[in-house]
Amino acid sequence: MENLLLEMRQIDKVFPGVKALSSVDFTLRAGEIHSIMGENGAGKSTLIKVLTGVYPRDGGSIYMEGKAIAPRTPKEAQEVGISTVYQEVNLCANLTVTENIFIGRQPTKHGFIDWKQMNTRAQELLQKLNVDIDVTKTLDHYSVAIQQMIAIARSVDVSAKILILDEPTSSLDEQETQKLFTVIRRLKKQGMGIIFISHFLEQIYDLCEKITILRNGELVGAYDVAKLPRVELIAKMIGKDLSALKDFDKSEEKSVPSAGVFLDAKNISCIGKLNHMDVQIHQGEVMGFAGLLGSGRTETAELLFGINKITAGEILIHGTQMRLDEPMKAMQQKIAFCPEDRKQQGVVGDLSVRENIILALQAKDGIFHHIPLNEQIVIVDDYIKLLNIKVSDREQLIKNLSGGNQQKVIIARWLATNPELLILDEPTRGIDVGTKNEIQKMAVTLAKQKGMAVIFISSELDEMIRTCSKLIVLRDRNKVAEIEGDAISSENVMRAIAGGDA
Amino acid sequence: MNSKLRTLTNEAISSQYFSFFVTVILFLVLYGVGIMTYKGFMRPQVFFNLFIDNSALIIVTIGITFTLLTGGIDLSVGAIVALSCMILASLLQNTGVSVPVAVVAVLVLGIFIGGVQGYLITAFNMQPFIVTLAGMFFCRGLTAVISRETISITNDFYVSIASERIGIFGLGFISIGAVVALCALVVAAVVLKYTKFGRTIFALGGNEVSASLMGLPVFKTKIMVYVISGFCAALGGVVYSWIMLSGYTLHGLGMEMDAIASSVIGGTLLTGGVGFIPGTLFGVLIQGVILTFITFQGTLSAWWTKIVVGALLCIFIIMQALITERKSKLSSKSSIEAAKQ
Repeated sequence: MENLLLEMRQIDKVFPGVKALSSVDFTLRAGEIHSIMGENGAGKSTLIKVLTGVYPRDGGSIYMEGKAIAPRTPKEAQEVGISTVYQEVNLCANLTVTENIFIGRQPTKHGFIDWKQMNTRAQELLQKLNVDIDVTKTLDHYSVAIQQMIAIARSVDVSAKILILDEPTSSLDEQETQKLFTVIRRLKKQGMGIIFISHFLEQIYDLCEKITILRNGELVGAYDVAKLPRVELIAKMIGKDLSALKDFDKSEEKSVPSAGVFLDAKNISCIGKLNHMDVQIHQGEVMGFAGLLGSGRTETAELLFGINKITAGEILIHGTQMRLDEPMKAMQQKIAFCPEDRKQQGVVGDLSVRENIILALQAKDGIFHHIPLNEQIVIVDDYIKLLNIKVSDREQLIKNLSGGNQQKVIIARWLATNPELLILDEPTRGIDVGTKNEIQKMAVTLAKQKGMAVIFISSELDEMIRTCSKLIVLRDRNKVAEIEGDAISSENVMRAIAGGDA
Repeated sequence: MNSKLRTLTNEAISSQYFSFFVTVILFLVLYGVGIMTYKGFMRPQVFFNLFIDNSALIIVTIGITFTLLTGGIDLSVGAIVALSCMILASLLQNTGVSVPVAVVAVLVLGIFIGGVQGYLITAFNMQPFIVTLAGMFFCRGLTAVISRETISITNDFYVSIASERIGIFGLGFISIGAVVALCALVVAAVVLKYTKFGRTIFALGGNEVSASLMGLPVFKTKIMVYVISGFCAALGGVVYSWIMLSGYTLHGLGMEMDAIASSVIGGTLLTGGVGFIPGTLFGVLIQGVILTFITFQGTLSAWWTKIVVGALLCIFIIMQALITERKSKLSSKSSIEAAKQ
């Protein structure tokens, strides 16, 4: 148990109404690359923020090389040797590379900054990381990959003992990632402790030695990567034991796809978001996109709805090729999209339930087309009844509704546009179990009765398995499997997500 | 050959000093045209007059540039100039206060006003625009409260300072105000380039969140920037009073706008983080040259200066937008090149 670098013991963190971390332990050794994994809301980023002093902790203790520490700001964390490189690089684009490395600690001569010395030292420092660039140019001349190297160079030079890399590879391509890994491995050899957070399973198995898994703010355990098969990792993250799963998810009735193909996406890609994916959606079918967070589920949905443009491939709707390069075009093709984050992207809190429901219809018709109030009331009341939305009256402000009811309003908004394809991205997150069931059933009913095609995206595997009649499994922004009918089971899906050596 | 030329232009455009070069070239062209059109333009004294006439504006522009660099703004500077002139005139005419004491009092007041504004902006995270707008009304109002009438300064010592002429190699002369302005330029340029404080200002303007995550003293620096702006405005007021030899409510009216315009023409980005002190000097001088033109021409209204400055501002802002766009293209290109290596 020597060269312990960092020990976090029984860390608690409470946010109003939520216990974000309860009694979590974390141990990091010198010369170790350690990953923290968990699905959304598991507490990964909270743990990191407690460590780096962004959030104060509510309980527990942190020891650095045996000494108790209590950083209150990122600056104090830096002073004890904990540096973080964030996904969105926190440097100043208007300053030169040199300055970004040295600002705040510039070498001086006679009280004035010694630019010459500073430039030479920056050059040397970056050469050690195998980066050979003109350090006197401003940062905005360089790509994100290089900027990340510069951020690392800065951290290393502040003589960090612990380097935290938060999603460093999410905007890098394969080559850039490999370059970054070489640097990380070199730092590890120098005895640094590195915490590497990433959604990419492959990268974690490639780079890390240990994994600490969190689920719902609790510690699941810390494991050696070599002794942890991927399926087991996924099972631990999702919280299901493989053997206990077998007969768990025999479903009720499911939708039956009809022969008509509504949308056919062939070989679609979007650089940095999705690689070569084929999807075929039939009318009357509930299809699921399964995979871990960041695997490309939401990204695919966004491409189909025109939020991002495809950079390769084609999309056919009813057999004719369409360019869906903005949401309005997708809406005109009768595609509807309920986004993942309903607070930020869906709900307009200060409008009433009626106004929120009418919103998409109004947008589709154009803002100059008046929808008479009577007509609005008919539509709104229909959906309030259909979806069983609990409101005191239709003019109630939406922000006063519960999460589940807000979600239903958003779904109603899109149903009001009479879509042929309804995309539900995490429709059940953060709502109570009863409403969850209702929404799942609703998806199936819409497909069965109206012949609507539904794409259902969720991190909760069992709900996908119960709801969908076809599952597309994604990993690291690639489609890895398509599972249909009776083959849909937790075990099969988890094996597909884990891939490789499963 | 062609590609070499293109890389060279790309380099030039993406250089931090591109706006500065454009401004300098524009100044030289204007001056050249002046020399060719009017015989009198050749005299060195015409050039020195640019510094004498604009000494106060140069100092005020330096101060406002500090706030613009952080992404802020200071609208109170013109009013502080007026207030400074008025207090100086009132102290010298109506009380027995000596000249140095009056000057120091005015400078301290400028620091104080800047400090209060800076504190409000930083501590309560308020919009600099609104806070300094309030400061502007406050100072302008206070000026009128002291006296609604013009107060002329007749103090002998003060008048002798104002009319002192310093010869330059027998070519011409400049005023003490111009000397002060030149000193301020040098000090500001050195502070911004060679001190940690100066570089922190740039970092702050580039990305405030990053700056604080990098452990830079954001709070202190932000307040200091407004203190400097207040001080420069008061100093500008002192120099302005040497030109006008009076205190009057409408002194320096709209000077904050001239200062912002000069700074932008000199290459300062209103979004913060980019700017160059010698550039601001040329920003002011360009306005001076245009005014000189109009004086030589004789029949045009002085307001033509404003029209030309308006057009220039427009051109410069478009130019800056184009540069930013060009730069982002270049950086994506360089990333592809880096990947190939």
